[in-house]
Amino acid sequence: MSQATLTQPSGTQSLSHPSELITLVRPAGTFILVLIGIGLIWEAIKIIFHLDIKILPHVSDISDALLSPIQEGKPILAQLLFDAAIFTLREALLGFGLGASLGFALAVIFAHSLPLERGLMPLVVASQTVPVLAIAPMVVVWLKAGWLSVAVISAYLTFFPVTVNTLRGLSSVPATALELMQSYAATRRQILVKLRIPNALPYIMTALKISATTSIVGAIIGELPSGIQDGLGGAILNFNQYYSSAPARLWATNLVAALTGILAFASVVLVEQAIVRWLPADRSTL
Amino acid sequence: MGQSSLSAEIHSEPANRSDVPIVAFKGVNRRFKAPSGGMVSALENISLDIYANEFVSIIGPSGCGKSTLIRIAADLLSPSDGEVRVNGKPPHTARLNREYGMVFQAATLYDWRTVIKNIELPLEVMRWPSARRTARAKEMLDLVELTEFASNYPWQLSGGMQQRVAIARALTFEPSILFMDEPFGALDEITRERMNIELLKIWSKTKTTVIFITHSIQEAVYLSSRIVVMSPRPGQIVADIPIDLPYPRAPEIRDTEAFYRLVSRVRAGLHT
Repeated sequence: MSQATLTQPSGTQSLSHPSELITLVRPAGTFILVLIGIGLIWEAIKIIFHLDIKILPHVSDISDALLSPIQEGKPILAQLLFDAAIFTLREALLGFGLGASLGFALAVIFAHSLPLERGLMPLVVASQTVPVLAIAPMVVVWLKAGWLSVAVISAYLTFFPVTVNTLRGLSSVPATALELMQSYAATRRQILVKLRIPNALPYIMTALKISATTSIVGAIIGELPSGIQDGLGGAILNFNQYYSSAPARLWATNLVAALTGILAFASVVLVEQAIVRWLPADRSTL
Repeated sequence: MGQSSLSAEIHSEPANRSDVPIVAFKGVNRRFKAPSGGMVSALENISLDIYANEFVSIIGPSGCGKSTLIRIAADLLSPSDGEVRVNGKPPHTARLNREYGMVFQAATLYDWRTVIKNIELPLEVMRWPSARRTARAKEMLDLVELTEFASNYPWQLSGGMQQRVAIARALTFEPSILFMDEPFGALDEITRERMNIELLKIWSKTKTTVIFITHSIQEAVYLSSRIVVMSPRPGQIVADIPIDLPYPRAPEIRDTEAFYRLVSRVRAGLHT
């Protein structure tokens, strides 16, 4: 009987997930090819339209800028930007943690109380229509410029996608899956922990991928009114002022900021692959 | 084969018949709000007593309220009026006491749990200690002959295997009643026939009282000790047919004349 109804030959094998490393290496290889392609198109545009260095520097101008010191006797730009990226990443991580926790908590509350969802969801949506640039200076005044103010500004950008997606995942539980829990006389808390949250995990992971990148943007923007010089925000502000004399430095800074965002995104993908292990390999996401 | 000559063999404990019914419906009605605004009657004046160790199939055309009936007994829906007793108690009390197991048409396994963890789910909810839970789940896996699939995820199993896991999960805490809402309705005919044989084997070992919803006449006759036939909406009971074929029933019984006669009787009931 068990053999007869077995339709998948892989039935007794362990999960057919390729190792996490491979699932990251393959897209990374493709990504490098795309980068090379963009570099070629970049240079072609520069030649075709005779673009000045201020409008579009050579790829080599940017790599030169990265490898040369910004002043005599100082470390090279790449080193400086690496330190700045680590600094911003730490602020962003705190903001991401705050924002994701707040976003998750709101979703759980909303999933259990329709009046609260109806009452507060419009405010949550409204909060996202106010540009972060308008909110950031107020946060700095309230909390004093520093780590916390930057993290809160970053959290402000982070929580919204987590709330919306988690709520969707918590409430999109199949009716019979819920009836099953009711037939066991499960408590609301058991239904939340054993059914709603696991059911929401793929949604939550999607939200965290969005939030991981916006938390970097939030931290960079948060550094500006906070007057913090050590992060990528400070570097962008600084090299913006000297753009006409050294445009490649700002381009290099943007490049590092973009790479930092990709790093944040990829970290969430790794966590997702470690947690959401039950999906067939072809349904896992990157 | 005369019905009376066999009837003594059907119930190993015929005395149960005189006992308190395990599930009792008395004058149960259920109305739903129709999308157009008015009320639609799904069940009308249902009175039905089901006794211990019976395997009762409820058969009827789609939309006749069979699922509604089982959901009322399981306290997942409430009747509009009438009285329902499960083990002599209101369904709500029986549900809180975990006196029944439930199997749906879709296996409703939790995707994120392995087969064994799915079977452990009700025991987790009931706060069994972990070691006892695992031991019990393993016994259930043996019962449904899926021992080697303990650590597989649901998507790796065929539909029939998934449904066997669902049956194991429903029986793992040894409820006295098993509600089955068209459990094999989504399976192909060949798998369904195999599942029927399996289910009878499991039932002979557990002796749970089973209430089984189906719209397959053959399936109902093969499995049941009794078949309740319902009319199209609003669902009413139009026939109550004892199936006097002796258990254990070999699969070949489905080719006997006695079997065909019972199939004809149920069909006649459905078309009155």
